[in-house]
Amino acid sequence: MSGGAGGEGRIAALLGSREEAVLDRWTALVAENVRGRLTERELRAELTELYGLLARVHDDADGTVRGELRAALAEMSRSRARQGFSPSETAVGVFAVKQAVLEAVEESGDTEAYREFARFSAFVDDLGLVTFETYAAEREQVIADQAEQLLELSTPVVKLWDGILGVPLVGTLDSARTQIVMESLLQMLVETGSEHAVIDITGVPAVDTEVAQHLLKTVMAARLMGTDCVISGIRPQIAQTIVGLGIEFGDIVTKATLADALAYALDRSGVSVVKAV
Amino acid sequence: MSREPAGGELPIASHDDVVRVRQLARSLAAAAGMSLVDQTKIVTAASELARNTLVYGGGGTARVERVERPSPRAGARAGVRIVFSDDGPGIPDVDQALAEGWTSGGGLGLGLPGARRLVDEFDLDTEPGRGTTVTVTKWCR
Amino acid sequence: MDRVPILKIGSVLLVSIQVDLQDQTVLALQEDLADRIVRTGARGVVIDITAVDIVDSFIGRMFATIASMSKLMDAETVVVGMRPAVAITLVELGLSLGGVRTALDLEKGMRLLGAPVPGVS
Repeated sequence: MSGGAGGEGRIAALLGSREEAVLDRWTALVAENVRGRLTERELRAELTELYGLLARVHDDADGTVRGELRAALAEMSRSRARQGFSPSETAVGVFAVKQAVLEAVEESGDTEAYREFARFSAFVDDLGLVTFETYAAEREQVIADQAEQLLELSTPVVKLWDGILGVPLVGTLDSARTQIVMESLLQMLVETGSEHAVIDITGVPAVDTEVAQHLLKTVMAARLMGTDCVISGIRPQIAQTIVGLGIEFGDIVTKATLADALAYALDRSGVSVVKAV
Repeated sequence: MSREPAGGELPIASHDDVVRVRQLARSLAAAAGMSLVDQTKIVTAASELARNTLVYGGGGTARVERVERPSPRAGARAGVRIVFSDDGPGIPDVDQALAEGWTSGGGLGLGLPGARRLVDEFDLDTEPGRGTTVTVTKWCR
Repeated sequence: MDRVPILKIGSVLLVSIQVDLQDQTVLALQEDLADRIVRTGARGVVIDITAVDIVDSFIGRMFATIASMSKLMDAETVVVGMRPAVAITLVELGLSLGGVRTALDLEKGMRLLGAPVPGVS
């Protein structure tokens, strides 16, 4: 297959001899597309690197150049994804090299090069697909990162008092989120040396069996660690769910409101709150 | 980058071997990028099952390996798989052995059902007189 | 086989587990503790598992056994320093350690037993 990808040599020779012209044309074609979002200079630097690799693909016996080419494309595609380019804009940037080369072939009038062009074209199409794949993977990653950040934002563990931590949960609880909150709560208990925690679910509209089980397990795990966990703000619907599902909350302390739970935890930690007359 | 620990097959012939199985499971789970909680779960399951192999199976082996499966997200999802095998008496009544609270050896019967709860995949292959093979897998979340 | 050392601080026996426990070590510790409680007339036992990264059903059962055993000899047992990952795993495993008292760290455990805290005057 060596040499096949970049043509039988005519196109490779052309890429070498007409470098300036082809590269100029390629840059100009892509620049139309990305105007304002990427400077001409940045673009030129990127394309020069790709061009250099493209020109060497012909002599690529062991596939190193092809590997480098794919890596360079993947890199370009990743940065485009981060900059908010669409995947077609990115791919078209690669496909544009075909037009630039075709124009050079036409100018040269070399019929042999024309024949090779079909293979060159197919090769570039493959490269375009690489950018598509990388682009999609990168966007997935961006979405995953954001989901994780959102999760962290929505699951705060706060200090209510010396030795008392609070977790005010708001919104729909799914199993994954509950698990993450619970783990970070237990970790915080250790880090801060707190012996009491209040999990407040006033802002939670509903729970399913799995979430209720996670809450329960957290309280049990907190107990094994020598700490005391109170659940507050159980809405009537949730109370019904818990009873309906037959989940045994046993001797777990629950309070109607966060204030009641805090008062309970304060009392347990030996703090009494009195009004200054 | 640190060197990836290699999986492998360990004999289970003594209580020290049980500890070695735990340690190998731990290093592979950590290298696979598992959360601390998940690491602890697979290591604890490994401990329960290795003890079963030793005490009820009369000894055997544990093969600990890193596994991967395709993920809808970029790249593959890593995990750890452990296969416990023995040529012991086998388990005559599997349903009973997997039922909560059942034990054949003076314990509280948490061995098999407990280990099953700690992993994502659990497979029990046994026949009276032909030994027992338990395969467990835990995936990174 | 390693033996876990047992320290005596006032009327409390302190066991700090620093090794990867194997079953025989666990059984030996149970015996050693029973022996030491009787010989020293200790009123409390603190088992510090801050350094322990897994507790399986065998080790968990040891805590319960030591707790009920020491109770018979009029000593109270507190397990301290259980890591979150270990606690979550124990709950999942189905072990509740009924009858075993727990505390967040050594200092709080000693205080629970009404004992002077080592290193703190």
